[in-house]
Amino acid sequence: MEVENGPGWEIVIGLEIHVELLTRSKVFCSCATGFGGEPNTRVCPVCLGLPGSLPVLNAKALEYAVKTGLALNCEIASFSKFDRKNYFYPDLPKAYQISQYDLPLCRHGYLEIEAGGVRRRIGITRVHLEEETGKSLHAGTSIVDSPFTLLDYNRAGIPLVEIVTEPDIRSPEEARVFLEELKRVVEFAGVSDVKMEEGSLRCDANISVRPRGASRLGTKTEVKNMNSFRAVQRALEYEAARQIATLRAGGRVVQETRHWDDAAGVTRGMRSKEQAQDYRYFPEPDLVPIVLSPEQIEQWRRELPELPAARRERLAREYGLPAYDAAILTASKKLADFFEEAARAFPDPKMVSNWVMGELLRLLKAENKELDQVPLQPSDLVGLLSLVRDGVISGATAKEVFEEMFHTGDPAASIVDRRGLRQISDEGALREIVRRAMAANPDAVQSYRQGKEKALGALVGAVMKETRGKANPQLVNRLLLEALREAKP
Amino acid sequence: MQKLSSEQVAHVARLARLALNETEQERFAVQLGQILAYAEKIRELDLEGVEPTAHVLGLTNVTRRDEVRASLDRDEVLRNGPEVENGYFRVPRVVEEA
Ligand SMILES: [Zn+2]
Repeated sequence: MEVENGPGWEIVIGLEIHVELLTRSKVFCSCATGFGGEPNTRVCPVCLGLPGSLPVLNAKALEYAVKTGLALNCEIASFSKFDRKNYFYPDLPKAYQISQYDLPLCRHGYLEIEAGGVRRRIGITRVHLEEETGKSLHAGTSIVDSPFTLLDYNRAGIPLVEIVTEPDIRSPEEARVFLEELKRVVEFAGVSDVKMEEGSLRCDANISVRPRGASRLGTKTEVKNMNSFRAVQRALEYEAARQIATLRAGGRVVQETRHWDDAAGVTRGMRSKEQAQDYRYFPEPDLVPIVLSPEQIEQWRRELPELPAARRERLAREYGLPAYDAAILTASKKLADFFEEAARAFPDPKMVSNWVMGELLRLLKAENKELDQVPLQPSDLVGLLSLVRDGVISGATAKEVFEEMFHTGDPAASIVDRRGLRQISDEGALREIVRRAMAANPDAVQSYRQGKEKALGALVGAVMKETRGKANPQLVNRLLLEALREAKP
Repeated sequence: MQKLSSEQVAHVARLARLALNETEQERFAVQLGQILAYAEKIRELDLEGVEPTAHVLGLTNVTRRDEVRASLDRDEVLRNGPEVENGYFRVPRVVEEA
């Protein structure tokens, strides 16, 4: 498919994002929430929907859902309730999902993003609390030949917020940038660990196109099955181009759900029966409404940690960093925390920033790891940088040491000692080596004195050779120059 | 008394995954009509300014602390399953055709 949006077309995108909240127990029962676990070992009569069981709302899930809304600048409802969304699908043991319909917890928010150098405010229509579904697997060797579906209800009942945006997003790139910022916001707010690969953040998109300047929206399609932020951007680029091509050829866009096929790089219409979903929402009779006082809402607002935008601004101001550094260091809360802990213990924040953005991110990326999956601590980096600053090791050696620290978490000083990497900065010892190097290379000494400054390199090389590269280079230079000046024949 | 159309009955039956024969459809068309007529009575009241009832109990904010308690033993869990395989419930294949 030719990906050509053309200047004559406007793309209109709205997103629907589901984020799992980081509670210990499920939203309506006391089963544990952690990732993994043997199938069907974290289930009880409530999350299985056995007759006679009754749900009770997890206070923390309520708090986290409201905090999500507050972090997204939403108005919080003083009166809210739950509703049943009815549909048959075996990953839903009750044949309905407890969700919120007409009275969600949060409404009318926004999130500011910066895409392609342009600042934009994306409206948040609503944020509501609901329950996660179970996981279905297809037995057999492939999805095609399997006659069965296997069900694990460990995930069923994990608290979930659904975040719906206004159709304010104007490009696939903007959609990706929005998701990246949203991920940071919920992570910084401490309400979710947002691991997309574990399914704790998922995104569907509505997309339509219209001739630029048209006031009416075009017919939209809903795109599903996008498993990374990159995939969201690619899927929407494909879908926008497909819709524009269809309209240009005189066709019409059919309102439908389309699946993104990441390997093939295309969206495909679902061959499901064309019938609008009828969820027959009705008020959940097993749960009573939620009434939140202004005092409660304000208390949760005060408890919200510093959010990414504020932190970017503060890092730049407090540590005198370029905006570029501040943006990279706040890519995740863990990274920002790591930087700050190190920067508070070391007098040169820019040097800390360089190492975090350079070596640390390089190694994390190369090994496809998260910061909390490696033993390296901020104090280790501080230890290493102190050694560089004190001239104990060179910058080049420091990179080697850093790599070992990254893998082992051993303190820099002990790695340096064990591997004998300590620079020789002992003036007395070096002075002696310098004297010997000069004595062994009389030609170089003479050339230098005759004005051939390049000859100094040979003498430095001789010193380095004798010290096996561990001599402090600045010190060697100074001592050589002194010796050459003093010992005139 | 308003009787439901056969299309309406068929729609409701499909949503509930019920297969009704013609006699049943006819019977439920009448019965569902009666139920709706009963609910329609509320329209006889003047409800100007009355908030919809969200819950009949009048209670609010019933919550529990975020504490994990033991789940059910898996043998118990799977006991009600029509079919079971390796700790999973097994059902006829459900795949949305893409
Ligand atoms: Zn449970």
